[in-house]
Amino acid sequence: MKYQLELSGISKSFGPVQANNGISFAIKPGSIHALLGENGAGKSTLVKIIYGSVGPDEGSMKWYGDSFSPNNPFEAREKGVAMVFQHFSLFESLTVAENIVLGLDDVDLDDSIVNKIEKYSIQYGLSINPHQVVGDLSVGQRQRVEIVRCLMQNPKLLIMDEPTSVLTPNEVTDLFVTLRKLAEDGCAILYISHKLEEVRQICKHATILREGKLIKNCNPQEHSKDEIAEMMIGKKIIKLTRKNIKHGEEIFSINNLNCTSEDMFGVNLHDINLSVRKGSIIGIAGVAGNGQDELMRMLIGEDRAPRSTLIFKGKDISKLNSHQRRQLSMFFVPEERLGHGAVPNMGLDENMLLSRPSSSRMTRNHIIDWSQVRRLAKDVIETFNVLTPSVSTEAQSLSGGNLQKFMVGRELIQSPELLIIAQPTWGVDPGSANKIHQALTDLADQGSSILIISQDLDEILSLCEQVHVINNGKLSPSVDMESNGLETISQLMLGASIQ
Amino acid sequence: MNELFIQIVLGISIASTPLIFAAIGELVVERSGVLNLGLEGMMIVGAITGFAVQFHYNNVVLAVLASIVAGMMLATVFAFLTQVLLTNHVATGLALTLFGLGVSAFWGRSYSKVTVDRIDAINIPGLSDLPVVGPLVFSYDPLFYLSIMAVFLVWYFLNKTKKGLILRAIGDNHDAAHAIGHKVVRYRFLAILFGGAMAGLGGVYLSLVQVPIWVEGMTAGRGWIALALVVFASWQPFKVIVGALIFGGISILQLHAQGYGVNVDAQYLSMLPYLMTIIVLVTLRVRSKSKSDRVMPHCLGKVFHSTQ
Repeated sequence: MKYQLELSGISKSFGPVQANNGISFAIKPGSIHALLGENGAGKSTLVKIIYGSVGPDEGSMKWYGDSFSPNNPFEAREKGVAMVFQHFSLFESLTVAENIVLGLDDVDLDDSIVNKIEKYSIQYGLSINPHQVVGDLSVGQRQRVEIVRCLMQNPKLLIMDEPTSVLTPNEVTDLFVTLRKLAEDGCAILYISHKLEEVRQICKHATILREGKLIKNCNPQEHSKDEIAEMMIGKKIIKLTRKNIKHGEEIFSINNLNCTSEDMFGVNLHDINLSVRKGSIIGIAGVAGNGQDELMRMLIGEDRAPRSTLIFKGKDISKLNSHQRRQLSMFFVPEERLGHGAVPNMGLDENMLLSRPSSSRMTRNHIIDWSQVRRLAKDVIETFNVLTPSVSTEAQSLSGGNLQKFMVGRELIQSPELLIIAQPTWGVDPGSANKIHQALTDLADQGSSILIISQDLDEILSLCEQVHVINNGKLSPSVDMESNGLETISQLMLGASIQ
Repeated sequence: MNELFIQIVLGISIASTPLIFAAIGELVVERSGVLNLGLEGMMIVGAITGFAVQFHYNNVVLAVLASIVAGMMLATVFAFLTQVLLTNHVATGLALTLFGLGVSAFWGRSYSKVTVDRIDAINIPGLSDLPVVGPLVFSYDPLFYLSIMAVFLVWYFLNKTKKGLILRAIGDNHDAAHAIGHKVVRYRFLAILFGGAMAGLGGVYLSLVQVPIWVEGMTAGRGWIALALVVFASWQPFKVIVGALIFGGISILQLHAQGYGVNVDAQYLSMLPYLMTIIVLVTLRVRSKSKSDRVMPHCLGKVFHSTQ
């Protein structure tokens, strides 16, 4: 039988770093094939080689039996390779339709393309409005645009890099229906994901990479989730435990927060109420674009909240900026790592300095004490296993998971009394995610409070004692997890009325 | 009164045309994500080249073509430096302006006391003789019509063609455009060349239509006004015409005010167009926070380095 794509002995190095080392595997036509590995295991490089944006140093590929060596993405696309990028390749100032046209060869912008987009988006349950400007879309909606763009190329091999990380459970189910339909039509799918449960659900073949080397080609349905995770990271996964759940008095509350969004495509917040007690982990679940960004901006202090809506330790902090809030021991990890959480082209040490309250002794009489800054940055890097060449490496050159570990670590070593964190493990591999989750529970065990805003329901359910759901700018009361909690959450996420 | 009105309209068109040329070229350049501050330099080199060719050959078509080529040659230097050698756009553009001013002054020494035949307004028998409509619509010089046409064509190209869409996409996010497989450097190179050609036309308009003489530094900051016009127009072609007419109008107003003996020092009146530029830029920034942000190319002035 002929394989759709066959790789043999692919190697690629970038300077001293061996990204891929003699990797071989084959994808059958119409199969959904998982590519698994931690951040930095070499998945991205391998995918780039298949997509033609990077050439291999050694090894060869075959496309349906014929030799295949694309020199650029155009040649790969001509053969029928399509790709949904992990770092979205969308143009913010252009509309959805324009973005889609840009990714398609030989297609012009006219009404027929708009109709076609609408047809596809309905057929595959990926609701998007072709006339909307991409800059106004949420992360989840943007990904739908990417997926539709790929599907319109009628691909033979669809490469999906972390496609479900921003989708709700229902959207994931819908996507899987789409993917299975595509696979039945004979399109092979190379599926890169950190979500092993999903991989076991839809993939019958998996290739596991670690540190650029092939570890195993196997059927993920024959292995447990933990076994696969252990193959990926090369050591045992530690089970999450909270040793010490002790809830104290209320430390933070949101009271009747209303806010009209300035952005015409933004979400208005309606009458949000929330109470956070000492030592508790509280989760806000919800589909992307339901007011999480607006709420997060208020909580961080990027946007000022109306007077006396945010109370921290009995003090009205609504009008304080984020620096003043940090001084009160309230710390944040925003969703966007680059741009919001860190300055992309500054070193880790410099980023360390930027988010610290002035009490942290990193400056003396306004002069930076670099040895102290580097020592603290090094602390974070060591404690949280951040893989980086040096403390002064630019934030943007770290992989998503590594940067996230650094950002969470940076806030955690302050021992915050309240930590507000959005999407703690978006695009982070299981090993690192586990580490971050453990660090969060440890923090709560020490009596700190944590507020998590996440679209990853598994994460919320495994960490939080109290769950709220945000939908269309309204926050539900806490969901009673004892009686049918999961069902209630799904209903609320879909917009069931909030009492 | 009618006479005066027609005279003012003609005056405004003559003052505006070089701005339209330079600005519409720069608009395309900036839409592709490149900031070329060498506009003034390319204009003045276009002005002297066109003037010299006209002086030696007395052939306006040849003179105009020569000015286009001159603008493009300077643009090629800029494109090579910024797109191939990856130099900083701002520094390179400033250098280009200084170079253009210097080299034109050097070449122009022998032309400072001569005069040439200007490019005349067209005369369409029948149409140009119509009362009011004739002088208002059918009696401009050919370059004026060309400038309006250029704006239409640029608008059509940017908004109606796939290549225009790709150009805008490159200006918005060159990394994504590269990842999809579009040729970032090639598009930008061509956009810069187009900008050079248009700047050359703007220059020759000054030396062969406005006043058929050569004066050192005769662009007098029009390249900078054109740069401001692109921002004023929030990177939209038709607004360039509106902006250019406003700026042109002020320069003419100033001349007529002096003619009527308005009791203000001439220096103050000469400042008006430049003052206007500053006021417009400031009010634009204050007024709009999101709308023009959306139109401004996100990668404007950023060096593109394909890391593969």
